[in-house]
This record gives sequence, structure tokens and C-alpha cells, in this order.
Amino acid sequence: MAVASTTQTGARPGRAGRRLAAPSWVGTVPFLCYVGIFLLLPTGIVIWGAVRNSTGFQFSNLKLLGNSDVRSYFVGSIELSAITAVVGAVLGAVLAYAIASGNPDGAVRRFSLAGSGVLAQFGGVTLAFAFSATIGPVGYLTQASWFYDFPQGIVPIYVYFQVPLMVLVFLPAIDGLRIQWREASENLGGSTWHYWRYVGGPLLAPAFTGALLLLFANALSAFATIQAWENQIAYTVPQQISVAISSEVGTANPSEADVLALGMVVMVAIIMTGYALLQRRAARWLR
Amino acid sequence: MAAITSVGEAPLTATARKPGGMQAGRRRRLNLFRYVTFTVFGVFFLVPLWSMVRFSFAGTNPGSWSVTPWKQITAPPGSSGAPDLLGAIEITLELAVLTCLVVLVLLVPTMIWIHLKVRWISRAFEFLCLLPLTIPAIVLVVGLAPIYNFIRHYQLSALQLFWAYVILALPYAYRALATGLGAIDVTTLSEAARSLGASWFTVMFRVIAPNMWQAILNATLLSAALVLGEFTIAFLLLYTNLQVALYYTARATANAGVVFSTSTAALLFAFTLLVILSYVGRRRRRG
Repeated sequence: MAVASTTQTGARPGRAGRRLAAPSWVGTVPFLCYVGIFLLLPTGIVIWGAVRNSTGFQFSNLKLLGNSDVRSYFVGSIELSAITAVVGAVLGAVLAYAIASGNPDGAVRRFSLAGSGVLAQFGGVTLAFAFSATIGPVGYLTQASWFYDFPQGIVPIYVYFQVPLMVLVFLPAIDGLRIQWREASENLGGSTWHYWRYVGGPLLAPAFTGALLLLFANALSAFATIQAWENQIAYTVPQQISVAISSEVGTANPSEADVLALGMVVMVAIIMTGYALLQRRAARWLR
Repeated sequence: MAAITSVGEAPLTATARKPGGMQAGRRRRLNLFRYVTFTVFGVFFLVPLWSMVRFSFAGTNPGSWSVTPWKQITAPPGSSGAPDLLGAIEITLELAVLTCLVVLVLLVPTMIWIHLKVRWISRAFEFLCLLPLTIPAIVLVVGLAPIYNFIRHYQLSALQLFWAYVILALPYAYRALATGLGAIDVTTLSEAARSLGASWFTVMFRVIAPNMWQAILNATLLSAALVLGEFTIAFLLLYTNLQVALYYTARATANAGVVFSTSTAALLFAFTLLVILSYVGRRRRRG
């Protein structure tokens, strides 16, 4: 193009005009191709695999969802996610308030947030090792007999990454609470309880509920930590998907993996839609 | 602030002093709440990490100290059947670099182009970028398995994981870059550059990209931290990255000190990346 501008000066305006009129969305094609192949195609493969069998397009695979074994994985997943989401959300909200009430440029806040980022998103299997070293079979703190039990053995490990995630997603909402609102409430004679009951609580409620849903979805899709946990029985959907697609023990069952995966996609999609709606509601008061 | 209020209101009548007194009381209670909260959460978060560090310095006799586990990180794979840890670290670092490069090459020009030329596509684009948040890695891997079977016909190296990692990093990188792009006046910059005869290439890489380098650095650090902690996709596609090597080392030799030393090192590395990120973020807010 640089060459064109020096050699064909006379013919250029008309051509350039037509070029720009030619679809400018062409610039996004490389991105769309990439996402198409590595995000949309895999999702399509999962859905297609779940609704077809050897004879063609059928929903018979979906009957698997009625199977009592399969249902127990979903129950296990939902149980674990619900417990850790509620515990993580409540504890995380308290911690987020403590962080938000400090110096916004202080070291405490900076290190808490960096630490939260590491533990919430990038911990992976190492978190399971940390707990194994703390309360596991040769634990440093205690050798808890319930470390292998589901769900109480795995709940502390999940809470360990749920609380930091709550801090990360809930802190902006707390930062959005203005000191003037508190002062207004006090000027009108309101106590701390009145403030939280009638001002702060209702303002934070959509953000809190949204964060709760996000934590639920996060626990639902977590796999690394529970896989590295020392109890090797499959309790949750991700674990069973892993069993179904790896053929190590000769039990590979790709269509079961597809159906379970589809079930997860549907659940997470519903939850994340709720999260997005609540975020929009919460954003009304931020800034 | 509490001090100023109390000094200013001291000469006033009792009714006016009462709110001032409440303020000071509230500040005291808030500080107490902060100390208690940080202590309790500090214990909860630091004890597992401390246990991990303690085990990473464990000698052969219970209770003894030794640096052997840290030396073992670089030791060649022994006869214990444990995987080659150093090789896994190397491949993970290479994957981190490769993923960051591809994410930037894919996102930065596309986002600038969309911002300037095809605004109407930006909502769909955002949706696509955030979509990986709603599709759990465990589901993605089910659909990616056939695609990776195809890739393996041509190339066996674990470096091929970057195709999937780019998708995982997409939401984080997108949000970082979108913040940076929103903070500068892209249209004016590009019009100025274009009217001075710059090509689109110059506009993107010599005018706009240098103006959002903090956002680019943010996106890079987040993507790198994500790759360091990734387990699910590598494990289920039967590749060996750092987390998978740790997993198998722990399985092969229970409570091997090297597992704890490497885990500690990986967490510290991710923590450092995020602390750097927090300083970058602060500088932008000031300027």
C-alpha cells in the first residue's frame, strides 16, 4: 500500500474510495477464524456429540441425564458448588469490606489483590498440595480424618480459592459505596444498622447475588483442584467427564462425556446470564 | 478526618457533639474490625502456604530442615518414575511466551480496527471474547479432543497447547486491552496520523499501541499467569506442562518435597507477576 501511494498517485483517489467501501469487517476475519476453530467448533462438537448417535440425529443420548449415576454427579457438583459459593461469598464480602475501608493505594490492598488474583485464578493443583501439607495424611497442622470425605474434605480447599475470587469481583461494588451516603444516613439520625439495612445492603444486594452466582459457576467448572485432591473417587461432573474421555482404564465413553459437558454448558450459561443481568443492575450505582 | 471534626465541633452543644463522638467510636470499631478480619483471614490463607513452604524444606528425618527439595527441581528425572520437572517448566515458560504473543497479535490490531472502522461489530466481538468464561475448560477440552487429534498428525510437541490457551486467555486480555483502548482518544490519534500520511500499519503499531502499553503489559501478565497455572486442558489432552508434571510427581512419590518446592516457586512467580501488574495499574491512574 505504501508502494501504491508513491507510484499511482493519479489513479489513487477512486481506487482508495472503492477499497474503503469494500467491507471493512474483513480486518476481523483472522480473529473470527481463530475463535471459530478453537472456541465455536469445539462447542459445536460437544453439542452435536450429545444429540446424535451412530444412526444419526437423535436425542437418545440425552436419556443418560436421567440415569441415577449421572444424576449423582450433578447432585455432587451442585452440592459442592452451593456450599462453597455461599461460604466463599459471605467470607469474601467481609474481607472485601475490610480491604476497601483501608488506604486505596496502600500496600495491604495491593498485596491482598495480587494474592487474591493468584489464589483465585492461577492456583490449579498447587492448592490441593497446600492443603494436603496442612491437614492431609502427614499434615503439618493436623492430620484430619475427614480430609478424604466428600464434601467436607474438599470444601476448605474450594473456599480457599472462592474467597479471593469474591474479593476480586465484589471489591468494585464496595468501592462504589460513597461516603456521602453514609454521612447522609447519619445526619438523618440513622445508626450503623439502619445504614446497612436501608442503604448499603439494598445497594450491594444485586452485586452480591451476582457474585454468588459467579462463584457457583466457578466451583461448578473447577477441575484441577479436585483432581489433585487425594481422594480419587469421581464425585462431580468434571471428574466424570475426565473419566469418560480418557481411555486409560478401558471405560472411555465419548458420548457420555458429550452429554455431561452439554449439561454443564447449559447450567453455566443460565447462571452466567443471571450474573450478567445482575451486574447490569448493580452497575447503576457504581460511579 | 475524625480528628478534624471533633476539634471543630468541640465548642458546640451536646446535641452536636454526639454525632462527632459516634464517628470516633465508629472509626475505632472499624479499625478493630479490620485487625480482627485481617488476622483471621491471614491465618486461614497463610497457614496452608506456610505448610507448603515448610514441607519444601523438609529433610529425610521428620522435623529436620534441608534444601534438597529445592535442588531436586533441577535434578534430571530419576528412576522413581516421576516426570521430567525441568523439561515441564521449560515447556510451560515457552507456552506462556507463545500464548502472550499470539493473544497480542490476534487482539491488538483487531480491537483497534474495530474501534476505528467497524463499531457495529463491537458488541458481538465483546461477546465472543468473554464467551470462554461461560464455557468451562473441562467442556472445551471435550470438543477440542478431535481437533487436537488432527493437530497431532502434524506436530506432537506440547507447545501446540497454545492454540487452546489463547482462547482461555481471551477474556482476561480483552478486558485489560479494552480498558486501555477506552482511556485514549483512538479516533483523533488515527486521524492525525492518517492525515500526515501514515499507513494503517504505522497507525496501529507506532501510534496507538505505544499509547496503551500499560494495557498491553496487563494483558501479557494475566495471560502468562494463566498459562502457568493451567492443568485441565493439558492433563486431558495428555500433554505434560508444569502442573501436570507436579500432579504425576505427587502421584508417583507421595509427599515428595520437590512437589512442594516447585509449587511454592510457581505460586510465588505468579504472585510476582500480579504485584508488578498492580504497580502498572497505579501509574496509569495517576497519569
